[in-house]
Amino acid sequence: MNYINNILFAILLVVGIGFFVINIKKLTRNIKLGKDIDRSDNPKARWKNMAMIALGQSKMVKRPIAGILHVIVYASFIIINIEVVEIIIDGLFGTHRIFSFLGGFYDVLIGSFEILAFLVLIAVIIFWIRRMIVRIPRFWSKEMTSWPKNDALNILYFEMVLMSLFLIMNATDPEFQTFHFGNPISRFLTPIFNDFFSEHSIHLIEQGAWWLHITGIFIFLNYLYYSKHLHILLAFPNTYYANLNVKGKFDNLEAVTKEVKLMMDPNADPFATPAEDENETPEKFGASDVTDLNWVQLMNAYTCTECGRCTSSCPANITGKELSPRAIMMKTRDRIEEIGKNIDKNGAFKDDGKQLLGDYITPEEVWACTSCNACVEECPVNINPLSIIMDIRRYLVLEQSAAPQELNMMMTNIENNGAPWQYSQMDRLNWKDE
Amino acid sequence: MNVPTMAEMMAQGKQPEVLFWVGCAGSFDDRAKKITKAFVKILNKANVDFAVLGTEESCTGDPAKRAGNEFLFQMQAMTNIEVLNGYEVKKIVTACPHCFNTFKNEYPELGGKYQVYHHTEFLKSLLDEGRLTIEGGKFKGKKITFHDPCYLGRANDIYEAPRDLIKKLDSELVEMKRSRAKGLCCGAGGAQMFKDAEKGNKDINIERTEDALKTNPNIIATGCPFCNTMMTDGIKAADKENEIEVLDIAELIANAEDL
Repeated sequence: MNYINNILFAILLVVGIGFFVINIKKLTRNIKLGKDIDRSDNPKARWKNMAMIALGQSKMVKRPIAGILHVIVYASFIIINIEVVEIIIDGLFGTHRIFSFLGGFYDVLIGSFEILAFLVLIAVIIFWIRRMIVRIPRFWSKEMTSWPKNDALNILYFEMVLMSLFLIMNATDPEFQTFHFGNPISRFLTPIFNDFFSEHSIHLIEQGAWWLHITGIFIFLNYLYYSKHLHILLAFPNTYYANLNVKGKFDNLEAVTKEVKLMMDPNADPFATPAEDENETPEKFGASDVTDLNWVQLMNAYTCTECGRCTSSCPANITGKELSPRAIMMKTRDRIEEIGKNIDKNGAFKDDGKQLLGDYITPEEVWACTSCNACVEECPVNINPLSIIMDIRRYLVLEQSAAPQELNMMMTNIENNGAPWQYSQMDRLNWKDE
Repeated sequence: MNVPTMAEMMAQGKQPEVLFWVGCAGSFDDRAKKITKAFVKILNKANVDFAVLGTEESCTGDPAKRAGNEFLFQMQAMTNIEVLNGYEVKKIVTACPHCFNTFKNEYPELGGKYQVYHHTEFLKSLLDEGRLTIEGGKFKGKKITFHDPCYLGRANDIYEAPRDLIKKLDSELVEMKRSRAKGLCCGAGGAQMFKDAEKGNKDINIERTEDALKTNPNIIATGCPFCNTMMTDGIKAADKENEIEVLDIAELIANAEDL
């Protein structure tokens, strides 16, 4: 009978972690639906990026208010989780504050956790105020309605509740309050509980807070996959595998290079039968669906936490165009999720007559981009919405000849006379004598 | 104005120090041609041994690539690379950040490896080497704000060269709120120059011009022929064309030297 709590806890632990593992497997499978791209070069620079940008939050603090508040939440989140180790051991073996034998050091640890928990509470409340009272525009764009909006709020409420439970759990532990000094925050709560509740109730509250706290952590862990909050894990690989080149360098499509070289080779026999395997389908240029994108672009989509810094700096979006780089990432993720669910249901992907282009992202959005790289510059975790926009443009132009009419004229001019306007190449030096 | 071509140079058995890539805007756009001439005048004054390709020059393919036409881009690139490598070009300078970016970043993989300079970088190096001196007197007391071209700034992390040159003019460099890495696009990049904008509530160049106007400048300086067009249009729309000039850095320097 005494073991019932331990068994309940073990079940909670196994279910909580097991479910999380299943979701992570699903996540990696979905990301691998993307095309291969080699990002194994220059590990030194990659580690450095990860250390500076993900671990060191260097791009977050470029907007100081949100940045500093985020650093508080992020650092505290990592540090306070050390406490989870103790909770798990206590839960499994029925001990109480197993690490308290550490004496003074334990008190310093828990004391700092309490201070951090309090700071997180404050920071998260400020986040909520920024979102709901100050109504910072980037949180109220049109892609931020319904689920994305609720998702963001859920996470804030979650954090508020978890931090409160941690403090309550300490405040209602009379032994901890009496013999330890690791209670810089909870000591102010203890008298409130003592005033209103009997000793027995206080004990029940402590037990309740303890269980709710750890259950909450497991729920939060499993909420990640369904929320925008995966960045707490994916920010690390995402910054590691991010593009290392200068932002102006767009990739040259290799499949095109082969064809162009063949065309320009004076020795190539135009009537020769292609040497390739007959069954090989010719490579598709650009992207019309998420499976045409590479896995880094798909990881980008899962990493996006919808902060909207990209969109708030996008010249097209600022001037009221349909394009929002954040929406590009959100739609990409929605489509991978849809494909993932399709695979879960049917064993393999069954054509659903849908694709990223058209059903999610419209040509209007894609054509509004100035390729200015502001979104790429802004992203605190090095997501690149521009690369997806470019891949869709390539599909529209190379596979569908569906560029806006004026762009077709521009390209015809380049083809015919080597300039985007209708001027003869022979007149290129006329300026000299004008 | 002395503007030798690569073909003429080759006929004389000479190899110039640097190729000046004029670009389509610099060759054909009436406003941009003035920038081209200003830059050539400075090159002449500094006795830079340069040449242009003239009628052998063709579009780098940048607007085609940004529009998604990788095929046309690579056709242009390989044709240009054949010409450039034929003349054994080692060093290229251009006044267009789009040509600059394409040469510098996208040509090497296709076989075109050159040292590539934006004209502001090149002018800065002439200055540093003592080959060019700038008398600032003419712009004394003038407020100049610099609009960062996306393909020079964010795309290639070049923010200081143009600013260093402006500072040499004894003028007051005033920064817009959105500048350097946070600079707002003029609206022309990504092939937007060649099409109408999508439906919205404002033109991007108007938004950017407002940024510039807030600094109360006498001159808006740019380093890109397309930005120049966009900002000039913005100034006209704001009815300020009699008060504020939009000038390329090369024009500022040529003016300072009465070239």
